[in-house]
Amino acid sequence: MSKNPEFVKFDKVDKSYDGKVLVVKDLQLDIAEGEFITMLGPSGSGKTTCLMMLAGFETPTNGEILLDGNIISNIPPHKRGIGMVFQNYALFPHMTVYENLAFPLRVRKIEKDEIDKKVDKALSMVSLNGFETRMPGQLSGGQQQRVAVARALVFDPAVVLMDEPLGALDKNLRESMQYEIKHIHESIGVTVVYVTHDQSEALTMSNRIAVFNDGKVQQLSSPAELYEKPVNSFVAEFIGENNTFNGEVSDISGDECKVKLPNAEILSNAISVKSKGEKTTVSLRPERALIEPTEKMDNLFSGKIEEVIYHGDHTRVRVNLLGNPEFILKVPNSTSNLELKVSQEIKIGWNSYDARALDPK
Amino acid sequence: MSSETKQILTTDGIPLEVSLKKAEKKNKIKAFLLVAPLLLFLFITYVFPIGEMFTRSVDDKMITNMLPKTFKAMEKWDGKELPPEEVFAGFYSDYKVLIENQTQGKLGQRLNKEKNGFNSITKKLMRQIKRNKIDETQSIKKQIMKVHKRWRDVEYWQAIKRTAPPYTMAKYLKGMDMYFAADGSIAQVDEDRRIHRILWLRTLEIALFVTIFCFLMGYPIAHLLATLPMKYSNLLMICVLLPFWTSLLVRTASWMILLQQQGVVNDFFVMIGLVGDDNRPEMMYNKVGTYVAMTQILLPFMVLPLYSVMKTISPSLMRAGKSLGGTPFVAFWKVYFPLTIPGIGAGCLLVFILAIGYYITPALVGGASGTLISNQIAYHMKTTLDWSFASAMGLMLLSGVLVIYWIYNKLVGVDNIKLG
Repeated sequence: MSKNPEFVKFDKVDKSYDGKVLVVKDLQLDIAEGEFITMLGPSGSGKTTCLMMLAGFETPTNGEILLDGNIISNIPPHKRGIGMVFQNYALFPHMTVYENLAFPLRVRKIEKDEIDKKVDKALSMVSLNGFETRMPGQLSGGQQQRVAVARALVFDPAVVLMDEPLGALDKNLRESMQYEIKHIHESIGVTVVYVTHDQSEALTMSNRIAVFNDGKVQQLSSPAELYEKPVNSFVAEFIGENNTFNGEVSDISGDECKVKLPNAEILSNAISVKSKGEKTTVSLRPERALIEPTEKMDNLFSGKIEEVIYHGDHTRVRVNLLGNPEFILKVPNSTSNLELKVSQEIKIGWNSYDARALDPK
Repeated sequence: MSSETKQILTTDGIPLEVSLKKAEKKNKIKAFLLVAPLLLFLFITYVFPIGEMFTRSVDDKMITNMLPKTFKAMEKWDGKELPPEEVFAGFYSDYKVLIENQTQGKLGQRLNKEKNGFNSITKKLMRQIKRNKIDETQSIKKQIMKVHKRWRDVEYWQAIKRTAPPYTMAKYLKGMDMYFAADGSIAQVDEDRRIHRILWLRTLEIALFVTIFCFLMGYPIAHLLATLPMKYSNLLMICVLLPFWTSLLVRTASWMILLQQQGVVNDFFVMIGLVGDDNRPEMMYNKVGTYVAMTQILLPFMVLPLYSVMKTISPSLMRAGKSLGGTPFVAFWKVYFPLTIPGIGAGCLLVFILAIGYYITPALVGGASGTLISNQIAYHMKTTLDWSFASAMGLMLLSGVLVIYWIYNKLVGVDNIKLG
């Protein structure tokens, strides 16, 4: 069975609530069948609006949304056959767990035996067998979340939408639920569109991540690529930690460029700069910079340690480097035979390939 | 288990339970003192008047105190034939005391209520006594029997005997168009005189329909209030509450202006050609007027409990219902509506109970066919001054409300009520 790479398609979708501001601007997004895609972005970036348009609770101001090749913009939510997990679970408080799960099946006029089977299957998927007669109020937050997931999947929808489903859970539970949802997705192969503002959640769970900002998709790529190769400063800043230098391109040849800082010049990987004289922000992941590197690196500078913060598995070192007092280094604890003290001068080196010259901030 | 549980002692050696009680005692007293004024207030304004109302409604001591000797003598009388000499003698001496105190008129009135015709024969007897026509040395029975032929009728003596107990349920029976017949059994009054039963039924009917109308109109309003954006819902809320801030009398009067035959509504109907100018419908001084005015006045009592319940229902529930495949109607009926039942219960109960005892509005716009039982109570309070009858009907109304409350509790459960 060949997978449709354009199973869900946003085609030039605009959305405005008040006729003045566009919440979603010219959105072009293809989601493949069976994919786990995450819409990630700060609040107000338009990601939830996109989800609501897909679910049918908002209509696009302009453009079309296609599901498996059919335009669905004018189909009401209940006919779209899209499962949805809501932020606060939205379990029906007056119904038992069984009735909650049976609801989508009953409205589809499925026979009782079949309903029992499907509910049982869905509950075992989220390991909640035996909870059929409980009311949602008698369940813990994590259990309610599982019921909500099971309810969104019980009627075998083609697409499942999840709107920050783990936002209300505590950290440990959230992490275990992340794996659980990921495994469910892997085992049944349903297409999942997941919305979150938590980047680590997005990185752990998704096949691809669409980073939203200002109503636009800033970057759509796999988690690794998103982290390693951000295409602009927003993505670099939003995903993971990031050290930046603001400067001006002084020389450029192919992929490499020289960026002039007030008191130094660094070699960088030219990503979004084209010509000499352009302003740029150079982005460098903290773990790509090494202290006292043994191998040769094409950027090597010295800085003064401002602060040493112990984090258990690693130590963070804040260094004043090249006029940036917020330069962060991550030192794994296994190599902590290094003596790191505040106001000590250390040498810091990195490869020019890892320093990405992006659009200026 | 119990053998293992030892009494836990505090460090001072006092049992923990005792120590806990001691510690809590102060708080309990404080809490009680806080509510004590309210408790007292409730007692004075609620328990005491209702108790007073009850005693008044069953009280029949007046006549018991007026005819002590008669009733004592009657104890031996079987009530089948004319009473013996002692009863007549007792009645004569009781009545003479009353004449001396000039309270004989009250006796006549009271007995006349028991059986028509007493008023004239007691007056006649009084005149005979005042003229000293009764010779106390001879048989009183024969002399009284000569005063009027009704004194020779056993039914009149039976009527006196019926008034002997100091308490009577007669007022309650009267409220239901029934009375104690001559033989002491309960009988219904003639069909053309059964006014109270009509009033009770009409009160129930009007309260029921007003509740239904309020529900039908209030539910969408409450829903709108709960779902509209803040700036619109505030305005709508003011519209709902505006009647609350206007005097009941003003509101009823404005309905009179609107609904009368030469009123605004009728003028409008004539203008758009719905009715002819010479054929204006009567919308006031009948049930229509009562329905319209009472529904408008009681509407906020339906809207507010509904609103407070709907406000707590997350809009994502309806969305969930729809996204799971329910049509908007199914999502409403299976998800939203069941969640509003506590509000519906509270609103309906509130409106029904208020409507059942409504007074001013039906009195002003109800006319003859739109008045309720409370208007009858007021009539007996103010016009006939039969306070015990008014009390009896008031208590019947109260117990009716309690019965409805009980039924509601059985059906829906009072715990489910949500007023806000």
